[in-house]
Amino acid sequence: MQLTLWTYEGPSHIGAMRVATGMKGLHFVLHAPQGDTYADLLFTMIERRQERPPVTYTTFQARDLGTDTAEIFKTAARDAFERFQPRAMIVGSSCTAELLQDDPGGLARALALPVPVIPVELSAYSKKENWGAAETFYRLTRTLSGVRRERPQRERPLANLLGPTALGFRHRDDVLEITKLLNTLGVDVNVTAPMGATPDELTLLGEADFNVVLYPEIALPAAQYLEKAHGQPYTKTVPIGVGATRDFIAEVRALANLPEGAVLPESKLPWWSRSVDSTYLTGKRVFIFGDGTHVLAAERIAREEMGFDVVGLGTYSREFARDVRECAKRHNIEALITDDYLDVEAAISAAHPDLVLGTQMERHIAKRLRLPCTVISSPAHVQDFPARYAPQMGFEGANVIFDSWVHPLMMGLEEHLLGMFREDSEFHEGASHLGASSAPAPATPQRAVPAAAVSAAPAAAATPLDPQWSDEAARELKKIPFFVRGKARGNTEKYARERGLTTISVGTLYDAKAHYGR
Amino acid sequence: MNEAVPLRPSAPGALLVHHERGQREVFCGLAGIVWLHRKIQDAFFLVVGSRTCAHLLQSAAGVMIFAEPRFATAILEERDLAGIADINDELDGVVSRLLERRPDIKLLFLVGSCPSEVIKIDLVRAAYRLNRAHAPRARVVSYSGSGIETTFTEGEDACLAALAPDLPAEPATAAPSLLVVGALADVVEDQFAATFREIGIDARFLPARRADAMPAVGPNTKFILAQPFLAETARALELRGARRISAAYPLGCEGTTLWLKAAADAFDVPAARFDAAVAPGRARAEKSLARYKAQLSGKTIFFFPDSQLEIPLARFLARELDMQPIDVSTPYLHQQLLAEELALLPTETRLNEGSDVDRQLDRCRAARPDLTVCGLGLANPLESEGLATKWAIELLFTPIQGYDQAGDLAELFTRPLTRRSRLEV
Repeated sequence: MQLTLWTYEGPSHIGAMRVATGMKGLHFVLHAPQGDTYADLLFTMIERRQERPPVTYTTFQARDLGTDTAEIFKTAARDAFERFQPRAMIVGSSCTAELLQDDPGGLARALALPVPVIPVELSAYSKKENWGAAETFYRLTRTLSGVRRERPQRERPLANLLGPTALGFRHRDDVLEITKLLNTLGVDVNVTAPMGATPDELTLLGEADFNVVLYPEIALPAAQYLEKAHGQPYTKTVPIGVGATRDFIAEVRALANLPEGAVLPESKLPWWSRSVDSTYLTGKRVFIFGDGTHVLAAERIAREEMGFDVVGLGTYSREFARDVRECAKRHNIEALITDDYLDVEAAISAAHPDLVLGTQMERHIAKRLRLPCTVISSPAHVQDFPARYAPQMGFEGANVIFDSWVHPLMMGLEEHLLGMFREDSEFHEGASHLGASSAPAPATPQRAVPAAAVSAAPAAAATPLDPQWSDEAARELKKIPFFVRGKARGNTEKYARERGLTTISVGTLYDAKAHYGR
Repeated sequence: MNEAVPLRPSAPGALLVHHERGQREVFCGLAGIVWLHRKIQDAFFLVVGSRTCAHLLQSAAGVMIFAEPRFATAILEERDLAGIADINDELDGVVSRLLERRPDIKLLFLVGSCPSEVIKIDLVRAAYRLNRAHAPRARVVSYSGSGIETTFTEGEDACLAALAPDLPAEPATAAPSLLVVGALADVVEDQFAATFREIGIDARFLPARRADAMPAVGPNTKFILAQPFLAETARALELRGARRISAAYPLGCEGTTLWLKAAADAFDVPAARFDAAVAPGRARAEKSLARYKAQLSGKTIFFFPDSQLEIPLARFLARELDMQPIDVSTPYLHQQLLAEELALLPTETRLNEGSDVDRQLDRCRAARPDLTVCGLGLANPLESEGLATKWAIELLFTPIQGYDQAGDLAELFTRPLTRRSRLEV
């Protein structure tokens, strides 16, 4: 028994739903109790889908328990076939139905539907969402991709794009970006799957020369099967970040025997990162957590492309634990492999990062700890399924990443500065950049108050000792840039008070500056 | 599957109720935890279930999950399924750790789920055992919020019904008292308490805001339901000797008046005193409703089943805003608890108990209502088909009962229509 409040991954049947919902012409009949339909709203709300997910739930109730549930399953499967006329169906059990003795695969076979019906064992009590997606996609690929065929020699090689699903973090735009990139390199895309593919298209998977694995969590078992069954090699580099995209291009060129020379788009990231405005990013302490793929990619970008210090690294994807541990060693830190958000919260608190890169969960943790944060991985909330084009992959993805990582830091700096200047007259309430207010700024309260207090409350012993600025020193103070003036004034007065000085001269000002340093 | 049964055969326009069975697109009772834990401030809800249960709570609770949440799931793992004895030890361990970490928790609910019900983990016995181990520091109570047994708001019913046997006993000699049953937003509860004081009744509320302040109950208790989905709770209170005051539900100006009036009559409050007490609230409610009536008058409305609030809402929209409820589905229809409501519902309304979501969608598409009340799994797909929708869950999380919320309630149904008329792209 595991005490859980937040889960980074849903149950495995959610993974199967992500595959089914991404595809077209496939229907999923899920043996599940009343209530499990809550999962529909992940797709209709978070991803804002305009159709219901192609999922029929048997929604059995207590009164149905017994022999009845098998009959309910058969009725649901038959009705779903008749109503939706899918080209293929998948059938499986959610956690509760797994405890019953019904066998969706066998029951569906007995119906003898005129389309392929593929049973998926979801192992609800030991596996989770990404595993469910990978297993479902693997089963579909295995059943539908057919037997090995001779591939003709082509002028432009053909590749499959494997791994994008419904509810994937930026999957929609990653597919567009990588398709464009491959086309520019001289590669045509055969089938993109699961997202956007029909069961009929899956029968064509074997036609491609090689496979591009976009999201190993989901596509790796299918890609390994296709390598074995159809002799298709697959890409090992996930093209997130400029360096990884360049490596990916080299890998694709090697797999497809492509010559160098295609004119590729460039990313703005290298120049943005080298421009002097980015100097302050150097050595920023960053904490990275998410799924294995995005964490490994983010680590490389943080290190090679942004000049950050990685002070924390972890993943909830146990399948990637070894890679992430390996990666953490480079920074002399211990990788955090956990699906308990309390562990992540403790690690973030202890690491004192300047920036947190994580999931929706880390966004909330960072908010609580008042740290800047950007979401780089699922699970993500509705705002991370944006209307605008926002890939993570390829060169445009690198541009998006630069902006989205730096943005909260800029905001952080701005907030810090605003806090620091709050007492400055330039920032008094009602101050306007348009200069509309010609009225003089109100005298700063700490200077006005003591004067009034002297007569009103002579008992305030400290007041008469407050050091006074000489005219000359006051003029000198005004030469100090406004954004550090408040601090300089405070430090100088403190310095003078501590030494019992009644007058602040220009000398005192600079003595204080030397004393406090930066 | 689709037989229709007359509800009030003697009435001139017979109201038929259709019973539908098929796929149900509804929440399970666990969803009730999301508002119940906000209401009882020192209670903790521990679901014994699967990762699906945890995922559901997370999806239903949205961002609320991070504001010091007082609910969690003990997720069953493969090794827990191997043997029952082991599960009890595991559960005891989880509960001890939880109570150690949260010393502020005074009331712990063990909440059953589909997996725990199917493998028959005896949570009643577990609660009894844990109660002895942790008394008097914390009380442990169990109920089921499983999807196989409860639909959405029935989770609250199961929770309150589980509290009923342990409520303090009111002495047999006590003066007659009023108990208002059903979790209400604090602001609504305060308004009702004040109105009842004006009327001359000292009302208490179930659930109370704190575990040690739960109301007493006895043969002199008269209770009135503030929510229509509390059948089990009503039964449990009746077993304690309390008697139910039958009434319409306090939605809208008319509903609120009828509800308050039923209570006042049960306590023999003179009509003049009642009228004086409710007059200002009634006037405010009427004024605020008038603003929305022009917009909603004559519009057709279609309800998918969700919370059992559908019938009182349809009554309110039909009678006070002049809407036409054409098809109203409810997950369960407790005829006794809704007798007063059904009497007020327009006879041309099609009433359904239960669900077959695909057939209901067919009917909805054919009818093309001006507004459809449905869950979030259906709302966007229907909007993309050109149908205006109002998502139903908001009606559980927003204060809607009483005079001063009547306008807000009407506004919830107006906003989607206003929005559609504004957008030009």
